[in-house]
This record gives sequence, C-alpha cells and structure tokens, in this order.
Amino acid sequence: MVAWTVLRHLGAGTARRVVALPLTLSRGVSDSAEPLTVETSVPYKAHIVEPPAREVATTPRELVAFFRDMSVMRRFENAADSLYEAKLIRGFCHLYVGQEAVAVGMEAATTRADAIITAYRDHCTYLARGGDIVAAFAELMGRRDGCSGGKGGSMHFFKKDANFYGGHSIVGAQGPLGCGLAFAQRYRKEDAVTFDLYGDGAANQGQLFEALNMAALWKLPAILVCENNHYAMCTAGWRASKSQDYYKRGDYVPGLKVDGMDVLAVKQACKFAKKHALENGPIILEMDTYRYNGHCTLDPGNTYRTSDEIAGIRQERDPIERVRKLILTHDLSTSQELKDMEKEIRKQVDAATAKAKESPMPDASELFTDVYVNDCGLESFGVDRKKVTSVLPLG
Amino acid sequence: MPMATASSSLHGTAAALHGVGAAASSKPRSAAPVARSVRVAAAARGSGSARARGGMVARAAVAANAVAAAESKSGGHELLLFEALREALIEEMKADPTVCVFGEDVGHYGGSYKVTKGLAEMFGDLRVLDTPIAENSFTGMGVGAAMKGLRPIVEGMNMGFLLLAYNQISNNCGMLHYTSGGQFKIPIVIRGPGGVGRQLGAEHSQRLESYFQSIPGLQMVACSTPYNAKGLMKAAIRSENPVVLFEHVLLYNLKEKIPDEEYICCLEEAEMVRPGEHVTILTYSRMRYHVMQAAKTLVNKGYDPEVIDIRSLKPFDLHTIGNSIKKTHRVLIVEECMRTGGIGASLRSSIIDNFWDYLDAPIMCLSSQDVPTPYAAPLEDATVVQPAQIVAAVEQICQ
Repeated sequence: MVAWTVLRHLGAGTARRVVALPLTLSRGVSDSAEPLTVETSVPYKAHIVEPPAREVATTPRELVAFFRDMSVMRRFENAADSLYEAKLIRGFCHLYVGQEAVAVGMEAATTRADAIITAYRDHCTYLARGGDIVAAFAELMGRRDGCSGGKGGSMHFFKKDANFYGGHSIVGAQGPLGCGLAFAQRYRKEDAVTFDLYGDGAANQGQLFEALNMAALWKLPAILVCENNHYAMCTAGWRASKSQDYYKRGDYVPGLKVDGMDVLAVKQACKFAKKHALENGPIILEMDTYRYNGHCTLDPGNTYRTSDEIAGIRQERDPIERVRKLILTHDLSTSQELKDMEKEIRKQVDAATAKAKESPMPDASELFTDVYVNDCGLESFGVDRKKVTSVLPLG
Repeated sequence: MPMATASSSLHGTAAALHGVGAAASSKPRSAAPVARSVRVAAAARGSGSARARGGMVARAAVAANAVAAAESKSGGHELLLFEALREALIEEMKADPTVCVFGEDVGHYGGSYKVTKGLAEMFGDLRVLDTPIAENSFTGMGVGAAMKGLRPIVEGMNMGFLLLAYNQISNNCGMLHYTSGGQFKIPIVIRGPGGVGRQLGAEHSQRLESYFQSIPGLQMVACSTPYNAKGLMKAAIRSENPVVLFEHVLLYNLKEKIPDEEYICCLEEAEMVRPGEHVTILTYSRMRYHVMQAAKTLVNKGYDPEVIDIRSLKPFDLHTIGNSIKKTHRVLIVEECMRTGGIGASLRSSIIDNFWDYLDAPIMCLSSQDVPTPYAAPLEDATVVQPAQIVAAVEQICQ
C-alpha cells in the first residue's frame, strides 16, 4: 500500500516514464498469505456423507490468483471464439465460459501428483494444469507447436508431466479411463487421487455406472466430478435425465452437490473429496455450473434456453464477478487495479494468439508419426503398408 | 516399483528357432540376441525419417518352430496351448510388476478357458482382477491404467464380447498415442478366444479381426500353436503398442513340445509352416490346420504347397509373404473371417498392390460365409472353409 501511495505522489504533475510493471507488482494488489476465511453462500447438498464446512480457508494471494486465473481462462475462451469466427479454428470447439470456477477451484485443492481427466470442454483444465497458452492456441489452430502437435485439436489437449490425461471427445468414454488411472494409483500405492470429470449428459452413459461400480468395489481413489451445466449438449437436463440429482446417482457411493460457480466452494469440496477418496474410495461431486456459450461454437445456445436465463445467471452467479466482489470487499485491491489486471491479461492473451499464429502447420511426414510407439520403420496407409521404405533383403 | 522398459520387444526374435547358439538371454529385456537365420535390411531409410530410430527391420522367413523345440538344449516340455499362454503370463508377471490381468472369471475361477488358472493365488487379487460383466468399462479402465504406466492384459471371455468395448478399443486404445502428440502410450494387450467353435451359436462365434483391422494404432496377432501362443503373448505384453491377441476356442487343447529356455516370437512376423514350390497358401489360426490337412491330400496328388501362417494380422508380414509369392507366383488365402471386409480382403488388396507382377493367376480367397453362424452342426460346418474346398481351390489355381 505504501509503495502505491509514494508512486502516486511521484507521478502527479511530473512527466514520467511509463514503465510496464509486471503483473505481480501491480500497485497495491494484495500479495498477502495471511489466512482469510470466507463463508460460501450456497450450502452443500450431501448424499450419505457429512458435507464439509461452508467456511473456506483462503488467503488474499489465493483470491487474487483465482481472479487472475479465471480471467485468463475467460479471455482465452473468448479469443478462441473469435478465432473460430475467423475460421482459424475448425471443427468442434467447446467453450468453458462461465465454468471457470470448477477448473480453478479443483486445481487449488490438488497437487500435480493427482490425476485429472475430462471430456472435450478441456481448454481451461489444460491451462489450470499449467498448460502453455501459446501451445493451446496453436493446437486449436492445428499448428505444429500445439500441445498435441496439431494432431489432436480442441478436444484432445493433454499434459503428461502435469498428470492431465486429456481431452476426450466421446461422451462418457473418459469415465472408465479415469477409473483406470485411479486403479493404477491404488496398484502402485501412490498417495494420490484421480478427478474424473464428465457432464450431466454423460451421467446417463452406462459406462459411468459400470465404472462407479468397479471404483466402489475396489475402493479406487476416484473422484467422479459431474459438471452439471444443465444441458446435455443442446437438450435441457430435465428432457434427458429422469433424476437430475447427479450427486445421488452413486447410490452406495457418497455424493456432494456443490455450487460450481463459487471457486471457494469448489476448492473446499475437492479437498474434502480428496481426503475421502484416499480413505474410503470413490465419491461423486456434482458441480452446479453453467455455460454462457452454446454447447460448441456451432451452437448459438439460445434455441433451447432463454437469453433471460443466461443473463440472469451471469448477473447473479458469475464466478469471476464473485471473486472480484470478495477482493473488493476485503480491500485486497481496488476496482481499477483489477481492471488493469484484466487489460494486461487481455494483452497477454492477444500476444499469445499472435505467437501461435506464427507457428507453422505440421510437416506432411507428421501424418505417420506416433501412430505406434514402436513402429516398423515403414510409412504406412494401414494394414497393407503400401509405401514400403525399407529394402527387402535379396534372395 | 521399477517400470521395466520393453524397448527390445520389437527387436526380439523367435530366438530359439534354430536352437543352439540362438537361445534368448536370461534377461530378456536387454538387447535380444538375433537368430542365425535372420538377415537384416536396415538400409535405405530416409535420413529425415523419425522412424529410423529403433525401427523394426524386415526379416527373412524362419522355419517351423517344431524344429526349434526338438533342437532345444534341454529337450523342451510338452503342454497344451492354454497352458502355454498361462506360462507366458506367469513369466511376464514375475518379471514385471506392472503387468496385470483384468477379465471376467479370471481370478478366483481361474479363467473360463483356464488360461489364468492359479494366477490369482500367485499374484493376488489386484493383479489378477475379477471384473464385473462390463466389457466397455473394464477395457476403458485397462486403457487408463496403461496410460498411467501399468501393462494390463484385458481378457474378453469371448472375443465377441469385446464389441461392447469397441469405442474404447478404437478411440482410446488405438488413437490416444497419436492424438496426444505422442505423450501417452498404451502398452495394453487385449486377448481372448474367438472364431467358430462347436455349435456355440451366432453371437459366440464371432471373428473380430475383420472389425478391428481398420483401427489405426492397433497391432493384431493370431496364435495357432502352443509355441507361438507363448511367444506372441510374451511379445505382446512387452510391446509398447496396444496389441490384440486372437486366440481360438477350438485350439486351446493343442499339444506341443516347446523349449524350456525363454523365448519370444516377433509380433510382425509370419511363420513358414511348410515350404513348397507350387502355390503360396496364406492362413492363420484354426484354418492353418484345415490347410495342413488339405496339404496332405495335395501332396498325395502331386502338389507342393507352401503354407504360411501369417500370424501378424496387422501389419502383414509382406516380406515373408512377398518372398513366397516371388517363388510360387500363385496365392490362395484361407481364412475364417467372413468374406466381406475380412482379413483376406485386405491381404488380397495388399498383394495386388505390392506383388502384382509376380502373379501368374488371380489370388483366390476362401473365407467363411457371410452369415450368422448357425447352431445346427452341418450348417455350421458349411459356414467355415473345409479341407476339401482348399484342395479344390489349389487344383484350380495350379491348372
């Protein structure tokens, strides 16, 4: 606070050199690690388990980081939307706008030793796991420097060194994969858990129930996280699910319903779930969240819901606005500073977009790489290995 | 737990094939010894090719393994095919703690075809996991576990049941290495008995090799003798690629003497069953035996067929197959899968693309009929290729 005051006085009335300050030293934004307790506004709903407390321990530094991380994600997704309009991103692009609190809150409750796997709305999960923004944009545009070499696309972001297992496009197929990750964790006695994310639509997949049964049978450290954004693709939840109480669907597996637009509630629930999973096996977390955009960029998102509904939720429950209010209420920063932060983020994201655009398309030879780990040294069109590049021995 | 690397898996050979001097080392994961009969064609790979690193080399065809067993230093031991598979599992599970088995009835029951008999007692419930009847999800679980560093072997009690897991096998198993830009490997083995059995009914008589062959990123092998069953199982477990190992319901009780020394078979290699001059007969799995039965008749009639068990269904061993075609100029394919879209269809197309100039006659392909396998015995027999048809086909080709 003192530095800010001094600088303000220095600036007044004198021509001063404009210096771009690094974000972390932005004037007066609190960097304190002093504990701060916030009570979350929406109570948890619990199924065969005692819910965690509504008071969440945090720090000013963490709240500011939440604001920044979610703002980066928001800006990233909006930039992706524009890139799609500009036809630089093709195919399917599923945006997470509005759901940022789930990714950020979860990351705050986990370590990189824990595994995360999700479906196709994966850009922000990748970023939360430490993914590189330039690599993310490059992947969306199918460039060589993309995080999957340009060969995966929007729905196939992965980050092995951060235990982020993707990025999956078939609804529900990642459910069993996540249980496999948890199985490996149990097998090797790792003190870690797997967050296995799926949507309210995927909750109706048989393989989810199958996976839940196995996870419970073998006490796997699996946390099944249902991101309930109330629309299974473009169909309202009530049209698709007989029961929308996804947190109760585990039957014998405990569940918790969480306000997914509240990053602190998410963090608390994930911490609670991690402890539970390590001691007692699987648990379901239903994140009550919402996406402002359509199912994907091809879907305007307003033919199956009203603009009033979207605007209303944005007004009442927007995750970034809530954290902004918290920061301002606790005087951790000024409104202008937060706006400056957002401007800076915008610039950074724009710079990343520009950098990603410079990345070239993958080389033609990349078509054939990584089909197999051990391939046979032959370029191939499949079974018949038509283009044989090794020489057959004579005789 | 240390993760054993299996980088030598593709370079391992059927080392004991010519017995003396070529026995596999006792530490199989170090660089595998090369059998004397193997010639290496490592030349002529583009310098920019990323695949030159650790690339597999084409090999000369090697003679039947029965010879090898006989020449084996310590006389070998006799066992049934399902026991050979079991031996392979035990050896690999002992050597590498990350190898585990998932499947229905594999643990306490010992496996519906006894391939995993006793393994749960030896290795524990977690390593020999009794799964619920949920093929889709336990196959997916296997893929996830493989992504995270284990080497699961997923058993389909009958291959046909794995149709329920088709999405997991195709999209996740086959493609994740590619779509993750090479970050994750899936060293999984998917195995189980398929093929037409004894009146098991249409849904238990499926041949999935034709369904899976288009999946990019998958390797497929079919075993047919105790020797190659053990060798292929071991190689499949060690491979960093996902491998589908096709066993056959009717071959589990085949008896053969196999070497006492450790050995593996090359996954991409075809097996020369009977060298000959007049016609190349390409076959695999159970049809190998129908072909050999027909071969007896053919020899009596004065023909000299060359019989190759292709073993590797994806990729084809075009090296061995090509050398044979260059010698005989006539090809007959005998397969058990259906005519439409079968392995034979792909093989035929491959041969035409690569060896057209060497053919003196159109390639003939004998396949099963495009019908659901009927229950009634005579109808079931008429569904698959019988030795008499093979004899007639050779006679026609060799006119």
